[in-house]
Amino acid sequence: MIATGRTDLAVLNPFRPGAASSVPTAPSLNIRHGAILLAALMVATGISEAQAGPSERSIIATLIKWTPLLGQGFALNIAMSFLAMAIGTAFGVPLGLGQISLLSPVRASSWFVTQVFRNSPWLVLLFYCMLLLPFEVRIGNSFVSVPGWAKATFGLALPVMANVSELVRGAVQSIPAGQWEASEALVFTRWQTLRMVILPQCVKRMTPPWMNLYAILTVATPLTSVVGVSEAMTLTGDILSSEGRPELLVPMYLYLLLWFFIYCYPIALATVALERRFQVR
Amino acid sequence: MGWTPDQPLIRMRDVHKTFGALTILNGISLDVMKGEVICIIGPSGAGKSTLLRCINALVPIDRGSILVAGQEVHDAKLDKLALRRKVGMVFQQYNLFPHRTALDNIMMAPIHVLKRDRAEVDARARALMRKVRLDGKEDFYPGQLSGGQQQRVAIARSLAMQPEAMLFDEVTGALDPETVKEVLLTIRELAEEGMTCVIVTHEMGFAREVADQIYFTDRGVVIEHGPPVEFFTQCRDERTRQFLSQIL
Repeated sequence: MIATGRTDLAVLNPFRPGAASSVPTAPSLNIRHGAILLAALMVATGISEAQAGPSERSIIATLIKWTPLLGQGFALNIAMSFLAMAIGTAFGVPLGLGQISLLSPVRASSWFVTQVFRNSPWLVLLFYCMLLLPFEVRIGNSFVSVPGWAKATFGLALPVMANVSELVRGAVQSIPAGQWEASEALVFTRWQTLRMVILPQCVKRMTPPWMNLYAILTVATPLTSVVGVSEAMTLTGDILSSEGRPELLVPMYLYLLLWFFIYCYPIALATVALERRFQVR
Repeated sequence: MGWTPDQPLIRMRDVHKTFGALTILNGISLDVMKGEVICIIGPSGAGKSTLLRCINALVPIDRGSILVAGQEVHDAKLDKLALRRKVGMVFQQYNLFPHRTALDNIMMAPIHVLKRDRAEVDARARALMRKVRLDGKEDFYPGQLSGGQQQRVAIARSLAMQPEAMLFDEVTGALDPETVKEVLLTIRELAEEGMTCVIVTHEMGFAREVADQIYFTDRGVVIEHGPPVEFFTQCRDERTRQFLSQIL
């Protein structure tokens, strides 16, 4: 007699095609979260407003007053994130291909470089780049100074490179072996196989995690404030010290947070949408 | 080079292959004449797929010799690419390139490997699509085709390289029963046109109709072989009889 009552054994339950969807999924970022953030900013602003003396400028007006400066700083964050992503990808793709090279010295050294930069704290890499890279380079007879933000960008590009390298390696290895075999039987060389068969299929698989990495990189750019780059985080500190009003502290940082959210939120949405689309195929 | 049509196009002698401690091929010998169709049957794990992969050097052998058109396949000096051009292969899992259309799948190798003119390749690819009865599906992606249709595209893709012999590795193994027929029909037509075929299959009825020779392999050796009628009616070996009684 087979028990027909409730059971925890999946095999005893009737098969339900939709059952997989009952597995709890991680909550994804949506517009609600933005609204909560905005509400937090309003409440914090309100509380601070109440704390402020009547003679002083209102909190909202203060935030608006500093918005152009904050925007300038934020533009530097975005510029650094773009550049670091471009540099990291440009070096990370060949490094990832190096990890699957047939030549064992190339494979081993690519693996080593990847592991070192992937498993180091970003802040440590940043400090290293700030301290080790020269503050000026000689081109011909003239000296060109290397600005701090450029060195910091390079420092951020290193972990990005290592992560892209792992993305490439993982994507290539996720392609079924049959694709390699079929290409070999069709007399493609290894390089032709990679270029025409394997990598085009990898691009699709790599795009969502690559966008995810970009979002992580963007929210990591305020780290550069520690090494003195005047991006949005540094400027927020400067603004706060010049205003000298402690009640500004919470609304100001929340305001900055909102900027990052508004920028990264569409990226997160697009990543999820792409993942969903590629899953179906 | 030294090969004349009265000699076997594919000639295997005492081929051995081990993967670690596992012996896959334990002294295989067989001859395939030009235009001949041979079917290799046998229980799973008998090394049938490995045998095929050795013929076009996808898998290196440990010992023995394989001659294709008089050339030693596992000669280190041999240009493997030149060899593979002579021998086409079709796989159980089709292995079409999912990011390219059916027509592109067929055209890629002739254009990039044989360096043929695109217009000429295009015309020939379309002719091949008609040959495997898939005209009208040229711009479909593999994911939009049924298993049987994908397998026929894979056959056309292999034919586009104008091989002298074709290897079929359980090409109907992953297919629905309804689509098996259309794939077998395509292979039979090829055989009738005089293409040299080495077919690993579990379709006994098909093997009986299409093969000139049937080889029964088990545990890495050829147990016995012969023309189909003889093979199926008066096989001598006990293992062959047992296998056939399980399958027929």
